[in-house]
Amino acid sequence: MAVYIIRRILIMIPVLLGATVLAFVLVDVSNDPVQQKVFELQSSTGDEVPQSTIDAIESELYYDRSMPERYWLWLTGIGDTHGDIGLLQGEFGPSIDGPAVDISSDVGERFWVTLRLVIFASLASIGIAILTGVVSAVKQYSKVDYSLTFIGFLALAMPTFWFAVLMKEAAVQVNKGMGSNLFRTYGSGTTGFQGTGWEVFVDSLPFLIVPTIVLMLTGYASMARYQRAAMLEVMNSDYVRLARAKGVRNRTVMRRHALRTALIPVATFAPLSLTFAMGGSIVIEQIFGWRGLGAYSLEAILAGDTFAVMAYVLISGVVVLVGILISDLLYGVLDPRIRYE
Amino acid sequence: MSKLTPAASLEAEAITSKERGQWALIARRFFRHRMAVASLIVFVLIVAFAFIGPLLWTWDYKIHPEIPPRVSPSLDHPFGTDQAGRDMLGAAMRATAQSLKVAFVVALGSTVIGAIVGAVAGYFRGWVDAVIMRITDILFVIPFLAIAAAIAGAIGTGTRWYHMAFILAIFGWLNTARAVRAEVLSLREKEFIEAARAAGGSSWHIITKHLIPNTTSVIIVSATLQIAFAILAESTLSFLGLGIQSPDTSLGLLIQAAQGFAFNEFWYLFYIPGAMVILIALTVNFVGDGLRDAMDPRQTMVRR
Repeated sequence: MAVYIIRRILIMIPVLLGATVLAFVLVDVSNDPVQQKVFELQSSTGDEVPQSTIDAIESELYYDRSMPERYWLWLTGIGDTHGDIGLLQGEFGPSIDGPAVDISSDVGERFWVTLRLVIFASLASIGIAILTGVVSAVKQYSKVDYSLTFIGFLALAMPTFWFAVLMKEAAVQVNKGMGSNLFRTYGSGTTGFQGTGWEVFVDSLPFLIVPTIVLMLTGYASMARYQRAAMLEVMNSDYVRLARAKGVRNRTVMRRHALRTALIPVATFAPLSLTFAMGGSIVIEQIFGWRGLGAYSLEAILAGDTFAVMAYVLISGVVVLVGILISDLLYGVLDPRIRYE
Repeated sequence: MSKLTPAASLEAEAITSKERGQWALIARRFFRHRMAVASLIVFVLIVAFAFIGPLLWTWDYKIHPEIPPRVSPSLDHPFGTDQAGRDMLGAAMRATAQSLKVAFVVALGSTVIGAIVGAVAGYFRGWVDAVIMRITDILFVIPFLAIAAAIAGAIGTGTRWYHMAFILAIFGWLNTARAVRAEVLSLREKEFIEAARAAGGSSWHIITKHLIPNTTSVIIVSATLQIAFAILAESTLSFLGLGIQSPDTSLGLLIQAAQGFAFNEFWYLFYIPGAMVILIALTVNFVGDGLRDAMDPRQTMVRR
């Protein structure tokens, strides 16, 4: 098992490296932070920016190097640097906002905010996908099945941002109507709240409800289809028919024989729902005013902050890969036919 | 009582059912799928609304000084007008057209790329397959929305619909390629491919003349799903301000402008563009579902 995990992780490293190369090229080509910064300086002072300042900015942001060299420095930090770059040395590179801003501490702080949302939303959507998928399969071609299928299609067609705005406004209306503060629709926690990890978590719960519901409902539908198909396949298999023929009660057949096997494909859901929730968090955080990674990436993109965008790409990539790893391991736990040599 | 002539009675007894080609069968099966047919009709109506509508309707999507701002839906302005004095029916037509243009180009582009890449990977196997599949793995790991936003943000104020189509097509071909590859992997072992190879057919000939035509069903279904993907992605990027830029408009931009209006007197500004996005994605998904059922060779003509 341990050997298997290590091997899986080793396979993932080139994929992650490839992803950073590709993302770096795309972001680097489409961004010019030097020009952006020069433009900012120019509009704030009103004067022409002298060439020496431009050179200083270029060297500060490593834009006096070629792109491959910049990538190398970003990744390893080996070479002629100012000591603020090099992923392997724990540095994410200089931010466009100057040396006062440290990307790694920013990202570290915001990571937990986003992770909270992503994990809750993933678990919720997997749960509801299993539930609706199984019910749909058991009551195949009934009214329940058709309506669940229709709701699923509707959820699949629903743009996350539109639904998020709708739910946010609805929560505001409910709050107004009940004169309470049940749902919090702005921010990820009470401003300036201090306390232990658990207290912070409890404090953040009212802020979590609406965003989690939104991500859950826009993300569960395709998984529910998988679950339905898996359950149907199992229900039509010989051993389930045999169990019925032996006279086992219907409930027992469903629970003991069918559902157990039909839950195996759930393992494929995990990375799917994680990537979906990661993508959705960008939109959700923007709408609900969370200061998480998603909002961070958007700010970085708008500011043309290459290294900050790369930090987001890296973290999001790691989250997805961890999801894939977990799903591989889950397969082994759930399906006794799979052996790890 | 007139008796039939022998010839006529023979004719009456003959089997009269016509021979049906594959496409006729698929069409028949598709038209049995009520939801899919209804969706197809709605989708065609939306396309007509977007592209023919502007030719018939008085106002376009631009701001006109003669249009009074903040007017509720009326005969003059069926969808009302916004704060700036834009006729929302004209704006909705234009926005839908822009979003649909992106969607069609993405569907076409990513389907062509995906079909060729998937077929090549599945046919050649070996290192070609390994490289292509690793690339799809890599693209799966990259946060799509962030990178698409970064590229779109770089184009900045000049973003047009074809820029959006290009950006989305970069990521769109993945699923098509995977589906086509899976299909080709089993097809390439079939006798007719072996026969084509024995007859001296080149790889390119086999891929384009034998493999891709035999994966048509997969390709068509994934093309419809691409439309839904592109509509949702494009409107999301536009909503974030990184897609199509004003003065042009798109469904995402219209929703962004109406963000706070869901429960006040301007509700129609929020719900109409939202309903448009949902309707397009929903109908396209249903059509895709119907096509998948119709093209599935295991499917019987009987609906259980």
